[in-house]
Amino acid sequence: MTIRLYLLFSFFVLLAQWSPALSDLVISKLDRKIDLTSQVVRVTANLKIENTGNDPISEVLLPFGDHQAKDLAFLVATTSEGKGKTKTSSSSLPIKVVNPEGMPPSLTWYSVSLPKELAKGKSLNLEVRTAFTHALQPFPEKITQADIQLLVFQESAYYISPYAVNVQSLSVKLPEPKVESYTKLENTKFSGSEIKYGPYENLPPFSFSHIAVHFVSNKPFAVAQELVREIEVSHWGNVQITEHYNLVNAGARSSGEFSRLEYQARPHLRGASSFGHLVAKLPPRAHSIYYRDEIGNISTSNLWGDSSKTLLQIEPRYPMFGGWKTSFTIGYGLPLKDYLFRAEGKRFLNISFGCPIEEVVVENLVVKVVLPEGSKDISVSVPFPVKESRETKFSHLDMIGRPVVVLEKTNAVHEHNQYFQVYYRFSNLSLLREPMMLISGFFFLFVACIIYMHADLTISKSSPSYLAKLQWDEVQTALQQIQSIINRCLGIHDKLEASLRELSRTGDVQACKAARKSADNMLKELSKDLKPSLSFLQSSPLSASLYSKVEDLVAKEKELQEKLIVKHTTVTDSYEKKSGGRDIENRIAPIQQRITALRQEVDDLLEIIDEI
Amino acid sequence: MEKATDLLSSSQSMFSLKSLKLKTKQQELLLRISILGLVYILAFITRLFSVLRYESMIHEFDPYFNYRTTLYLTQKGFYEFWNWFDSESWYPLGRIIGGTLYPGLMVTAAFIYWILRLLRFAVHIREVCVLTAPFFASNTTLVAYFFGKELWDTGAGLVAAALIAICPGYISRSVAGSYDNEGVAIFALLLTFYLFVKAVKTGSLAWSLASALGYFYMVSAWGGYVFIINLIPLYVLVLLVVGRYSMRLYVAYNCMYILGMLLAMQIRFVGFQHVQSGEHMAAMGVFFLMQVFYFLDWVKHLLNDQKLFQAFLRITLTCAISVGVIALGVGTASGYISPWTGRFYSLLDPTYAKDHIPIIASVSEHQPTAWSSFMFDFHILLILFPAGLYFCFKRLSDATIFIVMYGLTSMYFAGVMVRLILVATPAVCLISAIAVSATIKNLSLLVRTKTKPTQAGSGKGTTSTKASSKGALDQSLPYQKNGAIALLVGAFYLLTRYAIHCTWVTSEAYSSPSIVLAARGAHGNRVIFDDYREAYFWLRQNTPQDAKVMSWWDYGYQITAMGNRTVIVDNNTWNNTHIATVGRAMSSYEDEAYEIMRSLDVDYVLVVFGGVTGYSSDDINKLTVKFFSPFFVISFSVFLWMVRIGGGVFPVIKEPDYLVNGEYRVDKGAAPKMLNCLMYKLSYYRFGELTTEYGQPPGYDRARGVEIGNKDIKLEYLEEAFTTSNWIVRIYKVKPPKNRW
Repeated sequence: MTIRLYLLFSFFVLLAQWSPALSDLVISKLDRKIDLTSQVVRVTANLKIENTGNDPISEVLLPFGDHQAKDLAFLVATTSEGKGKTKTSSSSLPIKVVNPEGMPPSLTWYSVSLPKELAKGKSLNLEVRTAFTHALQPFPEKITQADIQLLVFQESAYYISPYAVNVQSLSVKLPEPKVESYTKLENTKFSGSEIKYGPYENLPPFSFSHIAVHFVSNKPFAVAQELVREIEVSHWGNVQITEHYNLVNAGARSSGEFSRLEYQARPHLRGASSFGHLVAKLPPRAHSIYYRDEIGNISTSNLWGDSSKTLLQIEPRYPMFGGWKTSFTIGYGLPLKDYLFRAEGKRFLNISFGCPIEEVVVENLVVKVVLPEGSKDISVSVPFPVKESRETKFSHLDMIGRPVVVLEKTNAVHEHNQYFQVYYRFSNLSLLREPMMLISGFFFLFVACIIYMHADLTISKSSPSYLAKLQWDEVQTALQQIQSIINRCLGIHDKLEASLRELSRTGDVQACKAARKSADNMLKELSKDLKPSLSFLQSSPLSASLYSKVEDLVAKEKELQEKLIVKHTTVTDSYEKKSGGRDIENRIAPIQQRITALRQEVDDLLEIIDEI
Repeated sequence: MEKATDLLSSSQSMFSLKSLKLKTKQQELLLRISILGLVYILAFITRLFSVLRYESMIHEFDPYFNYRTTLYLTQKGFYEFWNWFDSESWYPLGRIIGGTLYPGLMVTAAFIYWILRLLRFAVHIREVCVLTAPFFASNTTLVAYFFGKELWDTGAGLVAAALIAICPGYISRSVAGSYDNEGVAIFALLLTFYLFVKAVKTGSLAWSLASALGYFYMVSAWGGYVFIINLIPLYVLVLLVVGRYSMRLYVAYNCMYILGMLLAMQIRFVGFQHVQSGEHMAAMGVFFLMQVFYFLDWVKHLLNDQKLFQAFLRITLTCAISVGVIALGVGTASGYISPWTGRFYSLLDPTYAKDHIPIIASVSEHQPTAWSSFMFDFHILLILFPAGLYFCFKRLSDATIFIVMYGLTSMYFAGVMVRLILVATPAVCLISAIAVSATIKNLSLLVRTKTKPTQAGSGKGTTSTKASSKGALDQSLPYQKNGAIALLVGAFYLLTRYAIHCTWVTSEAYSSPSIVLAARGAHGNRVIFDDYREAYFWLRQNTPQDAKVMSWWDYGYQITAMGNRTVIVDNNTWNNTHIATVGRAMSSYEDEAYEIMRSLDVDYVLVVFGGVTGYSSDDINKLTVKFFSPFFVISFSVFLWMVRIGGGVFPVIKEPDYLVNGEYRVDKGAAPKMLNCLMYKLSYYRFGELTTEYGQPPGYDRARGVEIGNKDIKLEYLEEAFTTSNWIVRIYKVKPPKNRW
């Protein structure tokens, strides 16, 4: 790898020496800062551009070596007006890939369009921020648990540019003030955790000078080989986000023994290059957060937050040493109203694109936006180029499936954590479809049950067993009728008794008599009602065994009636005659005894019949 | 008059209101259905403790295999599943999955999954698998209701449903996540019995066909079907002997046996065992006996001559029995009929396994049952069971004879093996339900009949007292009503205690997934040890796809399912030699073990070690496989079993070498062979430098409470690859052979 880079750079130098200056632009001052404190190399270049030619210029070319272009994850250019502290930076400028003619082939060119043309003699401050992934190489590639991790970084001390550079300087910031070695050129200073190159003056276009820094870094190298984020919109008020990570520690590979003892005792020495946890910065009001993997829930996580963010600290099942892999899923819900808006008759979802864990580099980021079933006219707007495709997903109670917008991005870093929009149309009525489906499903189920209970599914209507069943049903209904009539009779008896009690309390003989009369009438009517059922039971062959019992019941009930009436009459008569309480009691005692016995028998018979 | 009409109209309006009300029958139906519905729900939710306490996960060991195969079935379809050759287990032998498992459980879960998918419920197969057992437990309560209704009355049915819904003996194998054959099989078992009893009662072909289908489902789900195929013939035989032979019995048994047998042959794992194995011969013998009986009946009907018939009977019986015996003898001698298997013997003779098949005896759930676990699993049912038997004998019928036989045989088996408590549970619940229902019914009848006349006569002060005193005179016993009420309250109290006990047992003892261990921390907070999954996930992610892992067979299924790596031996203990080889490797010196491991192509060795956490179920020490609860610890040494099983095949390994004066120890006084064998080295590698407990020397083993004897362990052929955060699982990498130059 290292050798290959050397070759590449030397190739540049050769090319650069005969390449002509591209235009009349001159970079009068250039200041580059390279930040190596994380696994992502972030380069900020401040260029002061001057137009020395006659024609106004609207484009500035930025070349990158092919190996760099491959690792280039993020590129943004802004102009800043004014000077010193009063600088104001404008929004980012449009950038596109170009292929200018007559240029060295091993360079990839980006062209920045200026907000307004740069007239002759005018100058402009341009700030170019870039982020490279995989630009740091662990060296040695394999370390043991006790070793510290060393990285190599290679760059050119001079800014590669098609324009002449008047004054330039470079500073490289390291994570720790420890460095194994670094290329020493003229004007090189190493102080603290920073290496400074330059200033260098009046360099021709395509100047190049290779530098390499070999330094100590134990920063986590968490690389997600794949991250699938699924954003599911539910118009019931929730945005559900599910993120599947395939994580690897891409730092120096760990070799030899892993000793838990050493790791437990001195985690910062014997495991310095590993990382134990990651922090995901989730949006505020995130709820129902879970953290699991293929084989179940992972219990080592922590959650805290405030009104501006929710912090989820996740710990993989084991410490991540160099080369070790893991995979897990985190999921959370967000309130819909924070992310879904309406504009011009359309709805749009406005949500962040990238990975919520800052230090993770995602090699392959797939964002899937699952819209509700029945969404139409879908369009997407993302602030940087992505690969877009469509899918359908089937979830609970879906008939035609939910439309899914799939956005793919390679080499995503924290800078890609920007908001993007998905526009679509959705009618509120479709929201009711799924509940209606459920309701109608249950409705039809119950209807089917009712139909089944009422329908006669007998195959042969003339079979003896079927006929017997029919007859038996009739017998049963007759029996039930009789039972209910008897029960009503018994109710009337109770009323008669109640009227007697009333009598003993108030002494109102007339009311008591009236009650008896009405009861008598009702009992007569009931006995009339009883007849058809009784005669049916008598005629039916199936109820032969039953009939005797029923007959018995009816007879007993009749006797009970009579006895009660007798008792009633006796009591009322005695009251009319104003005879003493003791006397009445003596007179009705035998009747009362008989009544109690009869009542008991009737109840028993009713119970027996009930059990049939 | 006006008043009278008023009264009339009011009474009429009352009648119309009354007619709107439900009739008694309907009320009863409503009550019954709502009770059943509540019991159904209760049976389901009481099994969800594990999901609430931990998570929706598969428990223990075998369920992981079942889950893995179900996953395969849903992903690849039935034919692929049926023809699956699994190269990830039993390396290098592999396993023909379709031919060596009971597919009922997997097919059931996959079927439920497909139905739900069809109805557009986007469920995950894991959720289906986790909830299969509770779902079937709920269904079992329904079957118990119908069975109880068939045996006694609806009341007994309801009580049976309620008892079985929360009976710990059943819950132990059917909590959410316990995705094992038994979860489905108990349902199938009870269903088959119910349908057969119904068939015998009605003599209907339809019911016996249904019971044959139930039997087929049972055969497809669990090896315990052998119990059915032996109990039913035994029952038929008893009916024949006691003179209860009837045409109904003939139809029911013949149809059930023939159809059930043919259907069962469709299961590849069972195959032709119904006609070839000694365990199934009883059913066939009874089948032929039935034909002889029927034939004799017919001849008796034709002959009409008692004397002639007696002679004929003698000749026929002698012929039939001798033909049967000769057929059996010839079949056995020629090897056509296989003799009884060891497992079957060990059921009949509890001491058999210990002497002859150590691998069966090494499983804790195959141990004879302790009284405490009977009490633990049945509680008051243990007392109600004999009472129920009394009621059954008092009202003998074909059905009650069946339940008595089922109860008595299964109770015996439950005494032989802990795990068979499960089979006895439905019978115990049903018989106890009869006791409870009959008692309560009698008592409440007493209470009710006494109150009625008092109510009726209470109209008139003195009259009522007289009437009631007369009523009391009629009764034979004084204070009967009070006694009845007291007994009712007592019964209510007992049943309440039962419910409380069941809930407590379920939540405390049976809802632990045993993959995740929980303990109380110093401040009363819950500490979770998730080391198993940590290790398995490490294996899954950070070892080569084709790595072979050697461990003791307990962890085989989990490693293949969660770690997705090939194992040498797993929980399907069909090859004793292979297991013994692993046992031998674990109990040899490192260099000898290295040779064995090289020959087995082992890349990683996994051991379970509890010395740091005090987890006593590790490889060196004691194991409580199924009952991870403090209540009954069936303790024995896994490692000694390794030695014993290894020594059973390879006489080089001798158990006394590892013991000092017959004592098993790991401290300084341990046997030198013990201190230097592979298992010891792997468990205690670098443990001597670790201080586990304050005030103890480094290398203090908390699981055994001793300071280890060999603190300076050097590994030559293996290296530590991974150890989990609580040291419970330790994984070692087998180094490649050294270069010769």
